[in-house]
Amino acid sequence: MSQDVKEKMESKAKPEDAKTGAAAQRVVDPDYLILEAPRKKEFITGSEAAKESVRRANVDIAIAYPITPQSETMQQVGYLYAEGYIKDYYRGEEEIGVMSAVAGASRAGVRVLTATAGPGLMRGLEQIVSWPGGRLPSMLLVMCRVVNAPLAIQPDNIEISYLLNSGGIVLHGENQQDFYDYPLIGFMVGEKPEVTLPVAVAVDGFFVTHARGWVSMPAEDIKLPPRDCYHEAVPMMDNENPPIRISRDSPIQKSNFISYQMHAAWQQEIWAAQERAKKWLNRWLGGLIEVVNPGAKTMIVASGAAVSQGREAVRQATEKGLDVGLIKIKSIRPFPTEELTEALEHAEKIVIPEFNYVGWLAKEVKAAIDRTDRIIAGPRVFGGMTMPTELILETISASE
Amino acid sequence: MGNKKKTQYRVVTGPEGILPPAATLMGISLPEEGEGLVEGEIVSEAEALEKAAIALLTRKNPTLFPGPLVLWGWNDHTDEKAKYFFDVANELPGIRIIPMPDYRPIYPKIDPEAVINPCHPNLTVLHNKIEACVFIGVHCHYASITLKIIRAGTNCYTIALCAEAGHEDAMASVPNFDIEKLIRFKDTIIKVKKNGIKPLYEGLGIVPTGWSQIASLKGKTPIKPEEELVEAGVSGAFSNELESGLDDNAE
Repeated sequence: MSQDVKEKMESKAKPEDAKTGAAAQRVVDPDYLILEAPRKKEFITGSEAAKESVRRANVDIAIAYPITPQSETMQQVGYLYAEGYIKDYYRGEEEIGVMSAVAGASRAGVRVLTATAGPGLMRGLEQIVSWPGGRLPSMLLVMCRVVNAPLAIQPDNIEISYLLNSGGIVLHGENQQDFYDYPLIGFMVGEKPEVTLPVAVAVDGFFVTHARGWVSMPAEDIKLPPRDCYHEAVPMMDNENPPIRISRDSPIQKSNFISYQMHAAWQQEIWAAQERAKKWLNRWLGGLIEVVNPGAKTMIVASGAAVSQGREAVRQATEKGLDVGLIKIKSIRPFPTEELTEALEHAEKIVIPEFNYVGWLAKEVKAAIDRTDRIIAGPRVFGGMTMPTELILETISASE
Repeated sequence: MGNKKKTQYRVVTGPEGILPPAATLMGISLPEEGEGLVEGEIVSEAEALEKAAIALLTRKNPTLFPGPLVLWGWNDHTDEKAKYFFDVANELPGIRIIPMPDYRPIYPKIDPEAVINPCHPNLTVLHNKIEACVFIGVHCHYASITLKIIRAGTNCYTIALCAEAGHEDAMASVPNFDIEKLIRFKDTIIKVKKNGIKPLYEGLGIVPTGWSQIASLKGKTPIKPEEELVEAGVSGAFSNELESGLDDNAE
């Protein structure tokens, strides 16, 4: 154990009345913490931004399996445990164990956080896709870094394509600021009674997690309200209050005994809950999409780190006298179908740059809007490559 | 807008077919505080309560389906809410009360006169020929599933009095349904009757439903007689085995 961690562990041992860590924080209204509280800027890494988000998120338990190479996000969260901001930190046996423990913690009614990436996400996927059906609010941070061999820790967000059909909410952050804001928003949205779903906040690893950026944050002495597990869509597991069997023997565990119609309606309800999340995402994300230069004939549509490259491409294109705009997609699930349709109604050309080989975002956009012959599904980089803005500009020019 | 714009969808009594869509995904939004939802349209809370009251007074075999959140004595609030629930019931002539005590599948065969279950709520509705019903105290996930199955296969007018955000899949729904709103609902039923809506059934009060409630009212132990089980095609021995159930704690 490093001296640094030792000191932090010792600081946790201070008596409760010393008012350190979570005990020194006060609960505030989510609107205040997310939208209104005065903020100060700090120049920190994405992993540190996630740590600061979790510090203010009133998390009960963090669960993870440490693996190399990933990111230092869960290490940063470990510091929070040492500082007394998280009640418990459980190290799973491996990712299936981690994701199973997340389900157990969520079912028990506490606010739970985990993080993973790449092959770890794949290993935990069997459990992750069971969370939405179990109506288990939780937070999954995904620091995207390729799933297939050869491995990388550089940005490639193919992971997100595996989460699209899970039923959970998926947000895709552009930068360090989003990696601070989105988890706080995600906790609040996922725990709304009419939503009651897990939320994944993905960022493109390395660029966001390892690099520094300016992050605007409120003071660290405020935090979100705790999870209100008695006001959610399903009964949580309460071993103190009868009748506990209401939650113990949920039909989901006995699929051969339930009607096919219930199974079908159950699945419909998961996706309906996603739709209901839009209201709250709109409130706290400021919309499912952000539109830059909305009247432009050529629109770049992007999510994650490709948005930053798209912003720079718009700036350079404008200097050259080109009419180019940008749409940042913040929420991948629920997908902003109506918002995109409206924002792209006028567009003559739609360019979709992506950090992955398969082009999952282009497929999503094609499924959402009409006149799909306007779409140029690229440029794409993958396997950890950077995306020079010239690539985007060349793609726009080549289609003139 | 593009050519994929959703058309106006209405949440009306069924049977709509084997798998109706989730109303949310057809563009139906949840009401805010002070509002209600009637057949997919946002209306005032007062209008939603009135439509619900009229349905319960004028449709056949109206039934209240209390769920675990009002059926079990979780806390003082639950006990108090149950009291006001009965005040509402007593204003509805011919009303029946069939509980949804929990959400586990009932195997191998549900008794539709005794309970309703989210795995196959249509069986209870169809068996009792229920044409108007209220869900109250049911956790939202199970309520939404139940409402869809009933809309799929029956002609029952569903009303969801929800303590949380309300339900798009009900024909009438009011959110944040607390004790004050239960009192307002009782007052609305009284007002509707005064205003000339003639109840389908005479008198006041709750009609006992099924063998168990009838037996209880006669002071008997509410256990179904063996001969009736045999008549119903369920052997006594099989029933007894099920009654003792599986020991979940057995290794």
